[in-house]
Amino acid sequence: MISLAGRDIMHAWGKFVFTGIGLGLLIGVTLTMAGVYRGMVDDAKALLDNSGADLWVAQKDTLGPYAESSSVYDDAYRGILGMQGVERAANVTYLTMQVRRGETDVRAMVVGVVPGGPGEPGQPGYLVAGRRITHGHYETVADIATGFRLGDSVRIRRNIFTVVGLTRRMVSSSGDPMVFIPLKDAQEAQFLKDNDAIIQQRRRTAGNPAFNSPSSPGLLEALNASQSANPYVNAVLVQIKPGYAPEDVAEPIRRWKRLQVYTRAEMEKILVGKLIATSARQIGMFLVILALVSAAIVAFIIYTLTLGKVREIAVLKLIGTRNRTIAFMILQQAVGLGVIGFVVGKIAATFWAPIFPKYVLLEPGDALRGFAAVVVICVLASVLAIRAALKVDPAEAIGG
Amino acid sequence: MHTKGILINGLKKRYGKGETAVDALRGVDMRVAPGEVVGLIGPSGSGKSTLLKCLGAVIEPTAGRMMLGEDIIYDDGWKIPDLRALRRDKIGFVFQAPYLIPFLDVTDNVALLPMLAGRPNNEARQRALELLKALDVAHRARAMPSHLSGGEQQRVAIARALVNRPPVILADEPTAPLDSERALAVIRILNQMARQYETAVIVVTHDEKIVPTFRRIYHIRDGRTHEEAGEGRSFE
Repeated sequence: MISLAGRDIMHAWGKFVFTGIGLGLLIGVTLTMAGVYRGMVDDAKALLDNSGADLWVAQKDTLGPYAESSSVYDDAYRGILGMQGVERAANVTYLTMQVRRGETDVRAMVVGVVPGGPGEPGQPGYLVAGRRITHGHYETVADIATGFRLGDSVRIRRNIFTVVGLTRRMVSSSGDPMVFIPLKDAQEAQFLKDNDAIIQQRRRTAGNPAFNSPSSPGLLEALNASQSANPYVNAVLVQIKPGYAPEDVAEPIRRWKRLQVYTRAEMEKILVGKLIATSARQIGMFLVILALVSAAIVAFIIYTLTLGKVREIAVLKLIGTRNRTIAFMILQQAVGLGVIGFVVGKIAATFWAPIFPKYVLLEPGDALRGFAAVVVICVLASVLAIRAALKVDPAEAIGG
Repeated sequence: MHTKGILINGLKKRYGKGETAVDALRGVDMRVAPGEVVGLIGPSGSGKSTLLKCLGAVIEPTAGRMMLGEDIIYDDGWKIPDLRALRRDKIGFVFQAPYLIPFLDVTDNVALLPMLAGRPNNEARQRALELLKALDVAHRARAMPSHLSGGEQQRVAIARALVNRPPVILADEPTAPLDSERALAVIRILNQMARQYETAVIVVTHDEKIVPTFRRIYHIRDGRTHEEAGEGRSFE
């Protein structure tokens, strides 16, 4: 038996191909939306992977340095280093801000790290150009997504930093590229006020008789000094010794240091389950709407095409074609349209995904699920047309 | 009683119920022998199309008896369980317009019926090509219907009607869109094919050009038929 659907598609291929392209662009958008979500999840995992930590030590009763504001004294790491099972511990600060280069600025996550070698907590995993931070001040290693080049001068708050190294795929959970600077500079950047604000603050302090009493000489100077220093970091990143379970090391830190400690699994749960959960629901809504729109388009097109063939369907019925053959013809056409649309959509998404400013991760599994969804949508969308075709009376082929 | 061709006794068809009921057929009697072509003539609303639809097993008569070939298909109720297969295997249809399937080429338009009947594609196409040759359109076998002239399309439609060797062909105004020469050519072909394949042919027509070619004519008026001898004029 010949394929009636195939012949009809070949006969009116222009109509099918152009409709398929239109549908395909819609499917491409759908696949891209799924890719945006996957990219967010991957960014979150990359953030955890790149930190090189097994445990994240943060302020008590907070959700860690990425999801909430967290302040830990910068000498807390010393005590943590002495805990059983701890191999290495390093302070780290995170600050998302606009980093200026000349007249332009780039949104980036500024990471304050203790200058050190590869493999140490908080350090970029690898460099694609240049060297690591070796000086205590005013050097930076930037992700290439910032667009910075080696030797560039960038401004963070009041200070100018020189780009000495470039790294790749070091991003925050929201996809902003990272800029690594020395920890002391980062601590200053987090809390440093402008000169006018400092003068204003000192004037107010000096005006307070409790702090500026002749009976307490040196108190005012000490107070001013403490106000301009920042003894906090956002977290302490901990690497554990081989053979120790993360939870076994985390529990004593929680208990004795009275700090919040998260393992890798817990941090992933926070990032994926809480930080990007709303975005995921948002994208999910888009996916549902796009699926409904795609279904409506396929249904409308197949229904219109079927109505255009009422006479042919009547003749086919009159000459003895079974209902299931006619239904299968319409079903094949709907699925055929979906397949054309899916191929176009997959190609389109693959081409335009790298152009997006944030990471779009197109996973083969999503493509397979998308294909299955397209087939199901097309099958459902063809029901209306099949109903219309089955209602056609073979007597319509005979005049009168 | 067994017969070949078409035999109709007291066929009735009523549309609707009660006071709004309309009797489209009021007891039609008809007989067409194998190899014979008869005309069915009548004004609009006389019941021609209803009779054709009853004979074509697309609407159910109200009463009466119909035989197609050697089968009683209706005797105050359908006697054939699968009317679709009956239409496919026992009845050939030729319409006012050819109504060829636009996305199938000429060969597959004709071969579709045997394929639907479960014949292998090669055998179905072979049979279609033989008929197209007999109808002098074999040279257009690979053409799409939209590329054929009106006369060629109608010949392909006749080939489609004949391809399953049905004992009966029902032709509904088959010459309406054609000029005199082509109309007579179609009737000549129907006569040739009727003789060659022992097929009984009923031609519903208004066409004055072809009426003189029938040897027997059934006039239908107000749902009743009466038979008269035709001129049986030669086509030459």
